[in-house]
Amino acid sequence: MGNPMKIRAANKDGVTEVKVLVSHEMETGQRKDSAGAIVPAWFITELTAKHGDKVVLTSEFGPSVSKNPYLAFKFKGGAKGEKVTVSWKDNKGDSRTDEAAIN
Amino acid sequence: MNNQRRTVLKSGSGAALLGMLAAAGIITPGIALADWNKAAFDAKSMADTLKALGAGTPADSKDVQVTGPDIAENGAVVPVGVASTLPNVSMVAILIEKNPNALAASFVLPEGTEANVQTRVKMGQTSNIYALVKSDGKFFMATKEIKVTLGGCGG
Amino acid sequence: MIRRLMKTLVGVAVFSAFAGGVAAQDSKVADELAKYREALADGNPADLFEVKGESLWLEKRGPNNASLEQCDLGQGPGKLEGAYAALPKYFKDTGKVMDVESRLVHCMMTLQGFTLAEATRQWYSKPGKDSDIEALVTFIGAKSNGKPINVPATHPEEAKMAKMGESIFYRRSGPQDFSCSICHGQEGKRIRLQDLGNLTTKDGAGFAMKTWPSYRVSQGTVWTMQRRLIDCMRQARWPEPAYLADSIIALETYLQKTATGTVMETPGIKR
Repeated sequence: MGNPMKIRAANKDGVTEVKVLVSHEMETGQRKDSAGAIVPAWFITELTAKHGDKVVLTSEFGPSVSKNPYLAFKFKGGAKGEKVTVSWKDNKGDSRTDEAAIN
Repeated sequence: MNNQRRTVLKSGSGAALLGMLAAAGIITPGIALADWNKAAFDAKSMADTLKALGAGTPADSKDVQVTGPDIAENGAVVPVGVASTLPNVSMVAILIEKNPNALAASFVLPEGTEANVQTRVKMGQTSNIYALVKSDGKFFMATKEIKVTLGGCGG
Repeated sequence: MIRRLMKTLVGVAVFSAFAGGVAAQDSKVADELAKYREALADGNPADLFEVKGESLWLEKRGPNNASLEQCDLGQGPGKLEGAYAALPKYFKDTGKVMDVESRLVHCMMTLQGFTLAEATRQWYSKPGKDSDIEALVTFIGAKSNGKPINVPATHPEEAKMAKMGESIFYRRSGPQDFSCSICHGQEGKRIRLQDLGNLTTKDGAGFAMKTWPSYRVSQGTVWTMQRRLIDCMRQARWPEPAYLADSIIALETYLQKTATGTVMETPGIKR
């Protein structure tokens, strides 16, 4: 189910900034391997971030998001020690969820 | 015109096929990408993409910003973002005009999430990057050109 | 003549302002490239490799079902702080000068029971095929972050390797009659927009060596110093040395010796 994400969340002046690094190949489906065969598309399609139970961001990705995707965003609220949870799923049906405490 | 029609037809039949497969229990709804906007991500041109996103012809706005450097040392990883000072922004998207499919990513922002999202995208060549923003139900856009340079050896 | 000298002086000033390399009229370009690099530095995907490397280090693996926790990288068994910054180094138990990768492979063989072929089969990653070595070296390297590079090469065997590395650095060879020093022996050289460091000075070698291992955005993975140098050989149209070859360890010894005193900033991120 993929390698762990790296999630950083820091609250400053009532706003929480979240930075996420995801381990994923993000294969476009347009690249050829050394034998000349098309490497099938394999990419994250959806990524959702929650603060506690509240969804704070829903993303849809296409294959042109870079390999090992990076995402940064900010939401109002969030206190030290509270959890931010990030989940993704890809076009092969794989998925993963990780969480981090707000700093 | 013809192109647009073909895209709609294609995505329409694709959705129907996925629906049939899901109904037959061959694939689970999770794999069927029920929510993922296939038509928008499959669209090639800017116009088709905007249409698939339901954005029509967005007005240019100086309150929308594409963030990122003017030059990228490598097209595989180009840091870009969307920021806006418009009120009640509920959705933002990043489009790359000269990529095979223009739409790179779209984000739904619930109330309380700021209209300021950064990510990294692949660019096949130097291109205009468009930031699309939905504010109070209306769509706005801004653009910036990012140049992609040829590589040296990357020491 | 004087005008030309003036031009050169102005050029030099600009070069040093932008870490050496982009011409005066292109200072806007240099600014934007700096912006690009800065944007990548926060959120380096190499961090993902570091996390994975740590779990690989602790995981019981191989025929011996052992972890790497007792691996001696030169500072004593299990001591990782500053170990990367002090390699390559002479090891009594093998009677050889070893770099981080040859020592790591040695540990995978002696502690975990892997064969050389098993340990090195995936020494670099391919799309969809991760490399344990890339992850482990990133983890080990990060444990030297903030530590000065320290390879004085005072042991006779180390001195010999540094000398050999230096002679390889200046040796012209291959179909293009190329040497490392042609690109990396002068100030202010570049290939397209990439600055070419002068690796014969402490600053130049330090600027290069302190940032490895590094995430290469063009490759979508972390490159180790072995991979960097082997690929330099390929680009110079030399025959490619085998992984862990003495010639590569010799070059590393020479470069680390030249860079000694520079504070490590790893993992890096590069084009």
